[in-house]
Amino acid sequence: METNTAIMLSMLIPAGATLTNLILRDRANLRDGVTLAAAIATFLCVLSILVNVGNGTTEAFALFEILPGLDLAFRVEPLGLLFAIVASGLWIVTHLYGVGYMRGNNETHHARFFASFSLAIASVMGIAFSANMFTLFLFYELLTLSTYPLVAHKGTPEAIRGARTYLGILIGTSIGLQLVAIVWTWSITGTLDFTKGGILSGHIAGPMVAVLLALYAFGIGKAALMPFHRWLPAAMVAPTPVSALLHAVAVVKAGVFTMLKVGIYIFGIDFLAETGASVWLMWLAAFSIIAASVIALTKDNLKARLAYSTVSQLSYITLGMALATSMGVIGGGMHIAMHAMGKITLFMCAGSIYVATHKTNISQMTGLGRAMPITFVAFGVGALSIIGLPPLGGSWSKWLLVLGAADTGQWVMIGVLMVSSLLNVAYLLPVVGKGIFLKPDDGEVTSWKEPSFLVWGPPALTALGCLVLFFFGGALQDFLAPLVTSN
Amino acid sequence: MAAEPVHQTAISLADHLPVLVVLIPFLAGPLLVLLGSRRLNWPIAFLASGAAFVVSFILLTKVIGGGFISYHLGGWAPPLGIEYRIDAANAFVLLLVTGVSTIILPYAWKSVRHEIPARHHTLFYALFLLCLTGLIGVVVTGDAFNVFVFLEISSLATYVLVAQGSYRDKRALSASFDYLIMGTIGATFFVIGLGLLYMATGTLNMADLAERIADQGSNRTIRAAYAFIVVGIGLKVAIYPLHLWLPNAYTYSPSAVSAFLAATATKVAIYVLLRFTFSVFQPAFTFEVNTLRYLILPFAILAMFAASFISIFQKDFKRMLAYSSIAQIGYMLLGISMLTEAGLTAAIVHLFNHGITKALLFMGVGAYVMRSGGSFLRNIEGLGRVMPLTSAAMVIGGLSLIGVPGTAGFVSKWVLVQAALETGWWPVALMVVASSLLAVIYVWRGFEALYLRAPSAEIAGGDAPLSMLVPIWIMALACLYFGLHTDLTIGAAQTAAQGLLAGSTGMQ
Repeated sequence: METNTAIMLSMLIPAGATLTNLILRDRANLRDGVTLAAAIATFLCVLSILVNVGNGTTEAFALFEILPGLDLAFRVEPLGLLFAIVASGLWIVTHLYGVGYMRGNNETHHARFFASFSLAIASVMGIAFSANMFTLFLFYELLTLSTYPLVAHKGTPEAIRGARTYLGILIGTSIGLQLVAIVWTWSITGTLDFTKGGILSGHIAGPMVAVLLALYAFGIGKAALMPFHRWLPAAMVAPTPVSALLHAVAVVKAGVFTMLKVGIYIFGIDFLAETGASVWLMWLAAFSIIAASVIALTKDNLKARLAYSTVSQLSYITLGMALATSMGVIGGGMHIAMHAMGKITLFMCAGSIYVATHKTNISQMTGLGRAMPITFVAFGVGALSIIGLPPLGGSWSKWLLVLGAADTGQWVMIGVLMVSSLLNVAYLLPVVGKGIFLKPDDGEVTSWKEPSFLVWGPPALTALGCLVLFFFGGALQDFLAPLVTSN
Repeated sequence: MAAEPVHQTAISLADHLPVLVVLIPFLAGPLLVLLGSRRLNWPIAFLASGAAFVVSFILLTKVIGGGFISYHLGGWAPPLGIEYRIDAANAFVLLLVTGVSTIILPYAWKSVRHEIPARHHTLFYALFLLCLTGLIGVVVTGDAFNVFVFLEISSLATYVLVAQGSYRDKRALSASFDYLIMGTIGATFFVIGLGLLYMATGTLNMADLAERIADQGSNRTIRAAYAFIVVGIGLKVAIYPLHLWLPNAYTYSPSAVSAFLAATATKVAIYVLLRFTFSVFQPAFTFEVNTLRYLILPFAILAMFAASFISIFQKDFKRMLAYSSIAQIGYMLLGISMLTEAGLTAAIVHLFNHGITKALLFMGVGAYVMRSGGSFLRNIEGLGRVMPLTSAAMVIGGLSLIGVPGTAGFVSKWVLVQAALETGWWPVALMVVASSLLAVIYVWRGFEALYLRAPSAEIAGGDAPLSMLVPIWIMALACLYFGLHTDLTIGAAQTAAQGLLAGSTGMQ
C-alpha cells in the first residue's frame, strides 16, 4: 500500500467506525464486530507504513490549503509513527476489553460510547501524522471534543462536573495559550511546518523564547504539567476503558507527543540548549514528577492514584524534552511507548476489579488477589514496568532519561528520577502486596472470581507486552535515533 | 486599480445587474400583496430572493479581483444622478445577505406557519422582501442619502417583522417598539450627519463627498457630521452601550426573522460604518482625527467581555445567542479599530463567518421552539436525543461560535489574533482568546441541556421537518466548508480591505 494512502486510511477507518457505530446502534454484536475489524485494519495500515518507511521521514503531502500559506498536511516521521503504532495497536486490545467491560457492567449508551471512542482514535492518528503545527492543533482540539462525551458518559452530576473540569482546562489552555503561541510563531517565522532543527532560530531571542515556550508548555494542557493537571483526575469519572486507552495512552500521550514535537521541530533541541529557555521547564517538570507522586500516595481510590501516577509519568517526557539533549529526547520518546504499555495494564486491571467486585478503593481490596490471581499478577507486572525494573520495558526509558540528565550535568534531575522511582514503589506495590499476601478481612472474598475472558485477557496480554518491550529497548532507541541526528 | 468602462447607455441585461439585485425583491414584495394569493406568496418570495442571490454571486465574481462596477440610475451621471457602485467589500456583504435570505426562506415556510396565523402570511413575506430590499440597497448604493432611504425601508419592515412574534409571546410588541424608538434615533442622527455633510460639501455622492472632504481638510462641520454618522450607525450596529434594542428584538421575533436579522442586519450596518469611515471620510481623516480607534477599541473590548458574561447567565437560549451576537460584534469592531489591512480583513471575514454561524444557531433554536414550545434552556432539555439531526447541526454551530479549528469561527479568530499580534497589540490578542473562552461556557450550557438531561415527556414529534432540516444543514455545512476553505472569504475580505484602505483612490 502506498504510504500516503495508508496515512489517510489510518484516519478514515476509525472515522468510518464512528459512523457505523451510530448507524448500527441497535445491533450490538454487528456494531462491535465492525469496530473490531476497523481497529485491526487501522493497525495494519500503520504497520504497512512502518514496513514502507521504517524510521525514515516522508515528504509532506497537503490535502488542501486552509488559510493562506497553511495546509492541512501529513507526513511520517519516527516519533509520530511510534505514537501511531502504540495507539492503534492498543485500540484493538482496549476495544475487546471495552466490549467486555461495558456489557459486564451494564453500562448504557454503547453506540455513543464506541462512536466517540473511534472518533478519538481518528484524531490521534491525525495528530501522529500531522506535518505542521496547524494540522496538529486541529486534531488536538478534535480529540478534546470527541473525548468529552466519554467523560460525561454516565450523566450523573459527578460525571458532568468532571467533564466540565476536563473540557474547561483542556479547551481553556489550548485556545487561551497554545493558539496564541501558534499564531505568534506563524507571524514571526511565516511557517508552521515541522522542520528538523526547529524554525524559530534567528527569529526570536532573549527572554521571549522562554515566554513562547511557556505558552506552548502550559497551552498543551493534555501533557498535564502542573498546575494544569486537574483535568486528569477529573476525567477518571469516565468508564475504565476510557481511562485505560485515552487517559493513560492516547490523550495524555497526544499531549506529551505535541510537547516533544514542539521541542524538536519548532524550537529545535540545539536552539533550546543554546538559549537555556527550557531550564525553568525542566525544574517545573521535576516538581510535577515529585508532587504528583506524593499526591498519589495519599489517594485511596485506585483510579485516582493511577491518575496522579500518570501526571507524574507524563512529566518524565516533558523533562526529557526540557533537558534539551539527544538522550533526553529519545528517552522521552521511548517513554511514550513504555509507559503506555504499563499504564494501560494497570487501568485495565483496576477496571477488571471493578467489574468483578464493584470495589474502587485500595483499602477494600485486601486479599482480593487470591480470588483474582491473573488480574493481580498483571497489575504487578505493569507496576514493576512503571517503576522501571528490569526485565520490563519501563527500565529502558528511565535509563535513557538518567543518561540524558547526566549528559547535561543535571545531577539534581538524576536524584529526582530516583526518588520518583522509590515513590512509585511506595504507591503501586502495596496494592499488589495487600491483594495477594494478606488475608481478606472477612469471608466474603470466596464469592468472587475473575470476570469474563474479555475483561481479564487484555490486561494479561499487555502485561506480557511490558516484558516483550524490554527486549526491544535497543531497537526502539535505534528507531528514534533520526530525531536527534543531524542530516 | 482598473475601473470598468462607464456605460452611458446600458445595453444588455448583464449591465443592469447592480440595479436588478435591488429591483427584483423590491417589485416582488408589492406583487405578493397585489396578488393576495396564499399559495403563491412563498414561491414568489423564494424566487425573488434566489434571483437576487444569483445576481450577487455574478457581481462578486466580477469584482473579487479588485476594481468596481459603477451603475448610473436612469442614465443620469453622478454626482447629479444616483450611482450604484459595486466593489469587493459590498459584493461580499451582498452575497451574505442574499445567500442567508435564500436559505432561510425554505426554513420559514413551516416555521412561519407554526408561529404566525395564516391570514398574515402574505404580508409577512412581502415585508420580508422589503426588508431584504432595504438591506441590499444600503449595500449597493454609492449615494449617501440613498443609504438612509434604504436603511429606513429595511428598518420599518424589520419593526413589523419583529412584532409578528407577538402571536407566540406578547413581549414582541414592546421589543418592536423599543427597536422602533432606538432605530429612529439612530436614523435621525445619521440623517443629521448627512445634512451637515451636504451643507459643507454640496454633494451626496460618496465618491464626490470623499474628494471634497479631502479638499477641505477637517473642519468643525465635517467633524460634527462624522460624529453624528458614527453614533447613528453605531445604534444600528449595536456597539456595546448602544445595544439595548437588540436582545429583546432577537429573542421575541419569529424564528425565521431572528435568524435573518442576526445574520444580516447588524452586518450591513457594520458595512455602512466601514464605508463611511474609509471611503467617504478617508483613512487620512480617520487616522488624523483618530477618535475612531479610541472610541471603538474600548467599547469593542467591553462588548467582548460584558456581553459574553451576560450571555452566560441567560436562561433563554435565544437571548443567550442575542447577547453573544453583541459580543461577536465586538470582535468585528476590534478588527476595524486596528486600522490595518489585516485588521479590516479580520473584521470582514468575521462579519461573514459569524453571519452564517448565527443564522444556523437561530434556525436550530427555531426548530426546538416548534417542537417544545419555548426557547428556554429547560424547554430544550434532552432534545439531543429527540432531534438528533437538528442537534448535531447545532453542535457544529456552537463549535463555530467558540472558534474550534475546522469551523468558520476559527478562521475569524485566527486572522483576528494574527492581526492583533502584527499590530503589536499582544494584550488584545490575549483578550480575544480569553473572551472566546467565555463562549465555551455559554455554548456548553446549551450542549449540556441538549445531551445530558432527560427529555420531557410532553414533547410531540421527532426531528424537525425536512424543509427546516435542509436549510439548517446547508448552513452547518457552510460553517465547516468556510472553516476549511478560505479562498472565497479571506480572498474577498482582503481585496475589500485593500480597497477600503486606499480611501478615495479605492472609490475612483
